[in-house]
Amino acid sequence: MSEHKNHISSYKSQVIVLLTLLVLTVLTVTITSVHLGPFNTAAAMLIASIKAAIVLLYFMHLKFDEKIYRFMVTLVLAIYAVVIVITFFDYLYR
Amino acid sequence: MEQNHVAHTEHFDPVASKIGMWLFIFTEILLFGGLFIVYSVYRYNHGVEFHLAAQELDVTIGLINTIILLISSMTVAMSITALQLGNKKLTLILLTLTILLALIFLVNKYFEWGAKIHHDIYPGSEFLLSLSKGDMLFFGLYFFMTGLHAIHIIAGVAILGVVYVKVKNGSVNQDRVSLLENGGLYWHLVDLIWIFLFPLFYLIH
Repeated sequence: MSEHKNHISSYKSQVIVLLTLLVLTVLTVTITSVHLGPFNTAAAMLIASIKAAIVLLYFMHLKFDEKIYRFMVTLVLAIYAVVIVITFFDYLYR
Repeated sequence: MEQNHVAHTEHFDPVASKIGMWLFIFTEILLFGGLFIVYSVYRYNHGVEFHLAAQELDVTIGLINTIILLISSMTVAMSITALQLGNKKLTLILLTLTILLALIFLVNKYFEWGAKIHHDIYPGSEFLLSLSKGDMLFFGLYFFMTGLHAIHIIAGVAILGVVYVKVKNGSVNQDRVSLLENGGLYWHLVDLIWIFLFPLFYLIH
């Protein structure tokens, strides 16, 4: 698929991505200003992860580039997730 | 690679070049990832102190800096589009804009840190040492992580500056955008880290 190599993101699509990110940012600030206890942090982290995914897929071009990059990034994030889980198993049950 | 490769045709592999950039980004992700784990463990152990200490941070400055970084991410992404479409002039304008936004971010950071230091809040200050362990850990992590992030912003400015010069003299061009793309990836990484730093430090209520 040599067509993939030359994918050019349109200016319009990049403006839409930015607007989405800005809306999500305002949403985080609004949600965390309401007192929901531990759910505040959970909601903030969920939205941050969505924003990160949007940046990775669109701005960092993972959606359009060769699959190898997506595979590598997924692998590294999976390893990182495992490290987080192991660390917290340790702290919660020691 | 091979010896018989014609001497005057430069070997150039955009895919491998980008893989190299991603490998570097992974080391950065693990660097900040480790710090995020340190942060979570200390916050788990000192929840109340973290909660109270975070009230000291200015949400407005944090929000403004978030917006600045998101916009700069878009301008650098657009500069790649511009170069791919062969519009060198627009590429240079967008790169300049990105660097300017980065500098505004740093100026904000300067005033933010300046206000903290003015209030005697900095690592090792007498006031901070008189506070609880949780407060010390919060501000220690705050200065270290946002400081390390600011160093990455400065590095990003330097990288984009080099890219700017190379686009201007034509060695990075429509047929060979890799350096601009890789510089852009670095810049997005800086944005990516801030996306997590902002809620974790400024938005604990």
